[in-house]
Amino acid sequence: MTAYFIQAFIYLCAAVIAVPLAKRLGLGSVLGYLIAGVIIGPVIGLVGSETNTLQHFAEFGVVMMLFLVGLELEPRMLWDMRNKLIGLGGLQIGLTTLVITAGGLYFGLVWSVALTVGLIFALSSTAIVLQTFSEKDLSKTEGGKNAFSVLLFQDIAVIPMLALIPLLALPELIEKAQSIAGQAAEHHEELSLVAGLPGWAYGIVLLLSIAIVVVGGHYLSRPLFRYVANSGLREIFTATALMLVIGIAALMSLVGLSPALGTFLAGVVLANSEFRHELESNIEPFKGLLLGLFFITVGAGIDFNVLASNIGPVLGLTAGVMLIKALVLFALAFIFKIKNSDRWLFALSLAQAGEFGFVLLSYTVQNHVIPSDLAQMLSLVVALSMFLTPGLFIFFDKVILPKYEHSENDREADEITEKGTVIIAGIGRFGQLVNRFLRANKIDTVVLDHQISQVENLKKINVKSFYGDATRPDLLHTAGIENAAMIVIAIDNNERAVELTKYVKHTYPKVKIFARAFDRGHHFELKHAGADFIISETYHSALELGKEALISLGVHPFKAEQKKATLRELELCYKDSLYEMWKANSEDSKYSTHFRDLFIELETAIAKAMKSERFDEQAKVERGWTPPPKGYEKQFSDSDEGAS
Amino acid sequence: MPEEKKKILVLFAHPAQERSEINKPLFTECQQHGDVTCIDLYHEYPTFHIDIDKEQQRLVDHDVVIFMFPLYWYSTPAILKQWQDLVLEYGFAYGTNGTALKGKTFLCAISAGGSEDAYQEAGYNHFSIRELLQPLEQTASLTGMEYLAPFVLFGSRSAVEENRVHEHINQMHQLLNALANNKLDLAQAKSLPLLNKNLATLIQA
Repeated sequence: MTAYFIQAFIYLCAAVIAVPLAKRLGLGSVLGYLIAGVIIGPVIGLVGSETNTLQHFAEFGVVMMLFLVGLELEPRMLWDMRNKLIGLGGLQIGLTTLVITAGGLYFGLVWSVALTVGLIFALSSTAIVLQTFSEKDLSKTEGGKNAFSVLLFQDIAVIPMLALIPLLALPELIEKAQSIAGQAAEHHEELSLVAGLPGWAYGIVLLLSIAIVVVGGHYLSRPLFRYVANSGLREIFTATALMLVIGIAALMSLVGLSPALGTFLAGVVLANSEFRHELESNIEPFKGLLLGLFFITVGAGIDFNVLASNIGPVLGLTAGVMLIKALVLFALAFIFKIKNSDRWLFALSLAQAGEFGFVLLSYTVQNHVIPSDLAQMLSLVVALSMFLTPGLFIFFDKVILPKYEHSENDREADEITEKGTVIIAGIGRFGQLVNRFLRANKIDTVVLDHQISQVENLKKINVKSFYGDATRPDLLHTAGIENAAMIVIAIDNNERAVELTKYVKHTYPKVKIFARAFDRGHHFELKHAGADFIISETYHSALELGKEALISLGVHPFKAEQKKATLRELELCYKDSLYEMWKANSEDSKYSTHFRDLFIELETAIAKAMKSERFDEQAKVERGWTPPPKGYEKQFSDSDEGAS
Repeated sequence: MPEEKKKILVLFAHPAQERSEINKPLFTECQQHGDVTCIDLYHEYPTFHIDIDKEQQRLVDHDVVIFMFPLYWYSTPAILKQWQDLVLEYGFAYGTNGTALKGKTFLCAISAGGSEDAYQEAGYNHFSIRELLQPLEQTASLTGMEYLAPFVLFGSRSAVEENRVHEHINQMHQLLNALANNKLDLAQAKSLPLLNKNLATLIQA
């Protein structure tokens, strides 16, 4: 037990030190984990033999990652992007694989090995590139958008690759593996449901298990999640999400399919579910940690002897791979009419190999496709190309961009149509109206509510909404608050609305906060917390009813409208001073429970103010369209007569 | 010592700016001019609740007042009429002690759908623009302002296609410069039917 604690501490410690440092240096978290692994492994030698076992465990992070990739793939979004996805992404993978495979054959590799290497190097690093795009604000550029669709296609392409690679196994490697297994004798048998089944039965079992994932995911998950959500226990929801992913992975392993494939499918099935964001925010930390662990083990597994004796080939290969990838991308950018600096961004940003490369490499070794010494060397190439990526981005910033800046000024002026997303927290009667109004005006909204019944009602009338507690930072994160233009806070719990305002203001100062207040005190609290626009939920409807009452009592409708406007103006005049009064009061007696008394006092102050200003108010209403005094015309005719 | 610059107030009224081809770029040009205060009335008062005190103060603070609008039924868009009804009060703009506007310069910058031929006695609009704007001319007269001939773009629906907008905006820029630096021949500018016909001859070197 003690040994486990110490090991876990070493791994975590390395990650905690290296990852933030790497991020600060602009290298991205993936490289941070790799460096951490290199340091605790080959450099200091703190960890050793257990990395292999750990790596198998950490590979589960990849399974979770594919579940999350699946969750992100809304069928409609895919359909909208189909041209770019298949055209750009498909050609990128196809051409790159082709060129690298040809290169491999030229260097005397067996065709199956050459093809596998080609596939592995065709992938780019989603983690590094997307991270860098959002850090450098490039996601919305033409180059950024196109790069995203290529990355998305690559993420999807991993699935067929996982299916294809075992078929490319080298007979001699299998033999060797079997003889080793034979020597180890009575190597305990893998659990399997399908061992010894005839081919047709195996096929049926496969189809059945995929059907279970798809149909079960679609029909059974919802009542299950609803049941769990109604219990209101957050950790049970997390347990359910984990159970789902692990269960599917287990089922897939039992029938001899890739667990990653199964969870990916389940993710796609659940992508339209109202529980999507909640699932994402629950699985995300596990995935992040396990993937981190995976990269650490990759780093720890790097053999410096291999590197030292192969330094020339490794450097040459890295340069070659990056050059080939960049050239293919550049040509595609030309064909797809991506222009100017965007073409460079597109080509440079995707020129590295990616984290999936590590995953596929360890997968190929397990499946006896690539001999492990070659895989070792290729890992080094993948890692090195990722190390070089920040350098390419710096090159883009400092050399390419200044060249094009001038000529692109004209174009940037008309790109203001992008309005950004609005997150609506709380979808009761108030939030619903706001949502409907915004959507009717083609503003993208993401709706969050923690009452599952509410979310379901909205689903019935085709409003896109998600289950989850909007005051939780991780859920806001998965809902995309980093890139949102605004958050509308309309949740029923007053204190949490204020907390949420404070949190968003503090963490995402660029996001505008529009909040609904319950009463005047709440209004001031929200203002104090930093909300940009606050409205009291009953204010306008009460005034409207008051106006209608005046009309019904015989006041002319137009006059009643003017009276209403005057009252509103008066309120506006006093708002600031009342706020200051409230602030002074609440600072004096911050913990007093007499808030209610204070607000009664404030209301009295307003009423008093209105009375004392009665003459002014009257004058104001009377002022518009005032006729000139009777007999005023005399002066004009007098002066006319005088003139003539 | 150089003469002090004139302060110009542009009151812009366009109720459908997302469809504007002439007035919106023209207004943008005005906004970039350092000596001009630009007020988009529909932006500031979307509910027509015009702040009378604020608007009167603006008038007091400026020397030149320009109404900028697309012609709607031979007159201003509704909010500009509302503005006149509310802001030009008795005792401020006219009548006893109503001398706040005395001596200021006033003109209209307009876009009209019809061609110049249409705005003639023989054309289908029967009256010239200057004739149709007589209510505003008389308002200027009663409030003691110097009324200049209107600055007009005719045939506004085909101006973009015929590449006439750029030249119009250019002229506006020259006009604003001349007004701000007091280089406009006011006597002539008052008597012409249109301001932009012979603008170059109106501007003194």
